[in-house]
Amino acid sequence: MSATDRIAALPLRRPAAGLAAWQRGALLLAGLAAALVPLWLLESFHLFQLTMAVIMALAVLGLNIVTGYNGQISLGHGAFFAVGAYATAILMSHLDWSFWATLPVSAAVCGLVGYGVGFPALRLGGLYLALTTFSLAVAVPQILKHRAIEDWTGGVQGLFLVKPDPPGFLPLNADQWMYCVALIVAALCFLLAWNLIRGRIGRALMATRDHPIAAEAMGMDIAALKTQAFAVSAMITGLAGSLSAVAVEYVAPDSFSFALSINLFVGMVVGGVASILGSLFGGLFVLFVPNIAEAISKAAPGVIYGVLLIAFLYLLPDGFAGLLRRLAARLRRGAG
Amino acid sequence: MDGLTHQIIAGIATGGIYAAVSLALVMIYQATHHVNFAQGEMATLSTFIAWSMIQAGIPYWVAFLATIAISFVIGAAVERLLMRPVQNAPVLTHVGVFIGLLLIIGNATGWIFGYTTKLFPTPFESERPLLGGLVSAHELGSTAVTLAVLVLVYLFFRHTRLGLAMRAAAYNPRSARLVGIRVGWMLALGWGLAAAIGAVAGMMVAPVVFLDPSMMLGILLYAFAGALLGGIDNPSGAVIGGFAVGVLENLAGAYVVGTELKLTVALAIIIGVLVVKPSGLFGRVVLSRV
Repeated sequence: MSATDRIAALPLRRPAAGLAAWQRGALLLAGLAAALVPLWLLESFHLFQLTMAVIMALAVLGLNIVTGYNGQISLGHGAFFAVGAYATAILMSHLDWSFWATLPVSAAVCGLVGYGVGFPALRLGGLYLALTTFSLAVAVPQILKHRAIEDWTGGVQGLFLVKPDPPGFLPLNADQWMYCVALIVAALCFLLAWNLIRGRIGRALMATRDHPIAAEAMGMDIAALKTQAFAVSAMITGLAGSLSAVAVEYVAPDSFSFALSINLFVGMVVGGVASILGSLFGGLFVLFVPNIAEAISKAAPGVIYGVLLIAFLYLLPDGFAGLLRRLAARLRRGAG
Repeated sequence: MDGLTHQIIAGIATGGIYAAVSLALVMIYQATHHVNFAQGEMATLSTFIAWSMIQAGIPYWVAFLATIAISFVIGAAVERLLMRPVQNAPVLTHVGVFIGLLLIIGNATGWIFGYTTKLFPTPFESERPLLGGLVSAHELGSTAVTLAVLVLVYLFFRHTRLGLAMRAAAYNPRSARLVGIRVGWMLALGWGLAAAIGAVAGMMVAPVVFLDPSMMLGILLYAFAGALLGGIDNPSGAVIGGFAVGVLENLAGAYVVGTELKLTVALAIIIGVLVVKPSGLFGRVVLSRV
């Protein structure tokens, strides 16, 4: 086996590898159709839930970039979600900005905050980062409630805002348009993440995760890579927060509790660590599993969550996406 | 001036509780290089167990000792059943299992015992004010109990064969195994001890913060801060760190940021220590050889 063969044999993820162009096109069309059909099939509450699932998927994607692909364990991504949500809410309710105009600002603010949080724990092992972000997640609601920023954040009461209006030429109501908005932003971010991961930077991120010393010896600037990964990750999760603020039309400190960060983490593990497609499953899981479990008992979602998390770590460490990947590989082997 | 002295004394009393939880964290960290994110939830469960025993009419100190024993068994069982199968897995898996444990124990506690806040009795009552009203009987008693626990743990590790074996297993598992120490069981013992110490901390803090399923979340944060401040690989450092964080938190809460931002003080200490002196005040500087 030559050196190039060996590099080619490294387990880099190429979801569409082995498919012909028309097959890929068909898959894409099928995905688009599957994403748009609910617009007319679902009534508004279920459409709202699906909108939230898309938003959660986006948040999990952000977490996946830093934790899955770069190996830096973050237990506090709910904090960036909160920053994004508040950035949008403050700009919309205090300064009357339009929703779309708040997105770049929210992304920039979240990126900066992510950079700032990732920085102190950089030089240390993964556990310290987990610790710092865990503390951040626990402290966030308290910070948001603080009196000094109450004029801007609305304190415990939070802020109310309204969904963006659908453009006049589309025959959609506000809920349907909100779903489209979430879908458009999420699709763009997924595309961005996919391009980032499959290229040079993505390989550098994974190399830093798998063997930092070798990666450094190859000339990679680990510190820069790690902080930048953190910034991009925070940015994506923050955008999800912005979307959630307008989708719910309300932000308040207690929506961004420690549980949110944990939900994102569980969603990532169950959907598939270091998998872009897995983030999508993660979002669906985070939104729909508690709903089902809540029917059983108020405390049950947490217990079921915990059991599922541990079960996945033991039995399916690469999550739902890994399971699908293995099934697909088996099918392909059977066919060939 | 009296106010300041009172804040410091109250800080020492809560610091003792943080010190105990820090110690529990550091014990597990030393043996396995894991940080147990579920430590707080395990302690809360223990406290609830004690509460139901006391409700059932069992005398306080009997319930106290029984809870310690039960917690020890739970801790050791968690190590054997949950941590053992993944001991060679990546860090992400460990953190994931701890988070899973946190979710299961935390929510099961709420499920079984309910989410309403409960009063937890204190065994330390006093007819007249102590030290001119500077310190409450419970503060004095709980500080004494946590100090007694810390001294017992110290004596155990320093002067018993089992303690020596546990230290050996944590310090150098391979050599320890070669001289006949059952390293796996030493880890389970360490987990049991950590859970027992956590239980003491829980029972001592519950009369102050009242008992509810999320009681320990904030305390865990201070314990993290204490452990990092003292150096996460140094048990006595963690104890000093815990006391220091208790005093700092109380002073900052009283004079600087107010009570609403107390948790943020812990976050600030954690980030501050990581930025300025990552190995903590008394920790070993870790060098990695390439």
